[in-house]
Amino acid sequence: MPMGHATAEAISPDGGHASQLEAIRSDMLRFALLQLRDKPAAEDAVQEALAAAWEGLGRFDGRGSFKSWVYAILRYKIIDRIRQRSREPIAEIDPGAGFDALFDRRGFWLPEERPADWGDPLQELENAQFWRIFDACLNRLPKGTARVFMMREFLGLETGEICQELGMKANHCWVVLHRARMGLRLCLESDWFESGRGGYVEL
Amino acid sequence: MLNCKEAARLVSEGMDRKLGLGERLSLGLHLALCRGCRHFRRQADFLRTACRYHPSGATRPEEK
Repeated sequence: MPMGHATAEAISPDGGHASQLEAIRSDMLRFALLQLRDKPAAEDAVQEALAAAWEGLGRFDGRGSFKSWVYAILRYKIIDRIRQRSREPIAEIDPGAGFDALFDRRGFWLPEERPADWGDPLQELENAQFWRIFDACLNRLPKGTARVFMMREFLGLETGEICQELGMKANHCWVVLHRARMGLRLCLESDWFESGRGGYVEL
Repeated sequence: MLNCKEAARLVSEGMDRKLGLGERLSLGLHLALCRGCRHFRRQADFLRTACRYHPSGATRPEEK
């Protein structure tokens, strides 16, 4: 198919096409899998996004990177799947449970639960070990909570759009997003920032 | 005066909707006095940045 050549050209004019495409595909799969938590569904979404990218190659103007373009398509494919699933009821989120234990009776942080100073956490973004912990923490969030959080932070949807897609009230959406952040920060603090930041201390 | 539980909730909501003037003032006052909640706010900001630059995504920190 002549298209194949065109796709490869779009990814990189100077060679290494197949391996680049494979690397993008594997990133896309990880991206989709984190959000859908269902391997066949994630693989389908990636496949469809790549196929759509392939077909629409003529519309790719080459100004942005091929990767951002194919990710823009992947976002739609993921949202499609979430929309299909939103008809299945999300397990109801228990409004009070979980984080009350971090606060005293007046609602102030208990001394041992007070959020710590993470220093300059941006340097962690280069650390593969950090990302392993980050993904594990994401996967530990309840499914419905994680779904809302990732629509907000991975897919970049506005809260109003999320509510609409999932048929939730805005207020409920905010509560769920807050619970996701509380859960994720607690997990990262205990499993990364306060535990020697991964591999360093094990040496 | 807000307690930490309410302040943390407002920090979070402020990332998802525009807070009202009263909310911003009372949150600002609480944050000025509470280091734990200031840390919470920085952590929540970091979570947003981290998600944006997740290695499985399309954007790397070194590119814009």
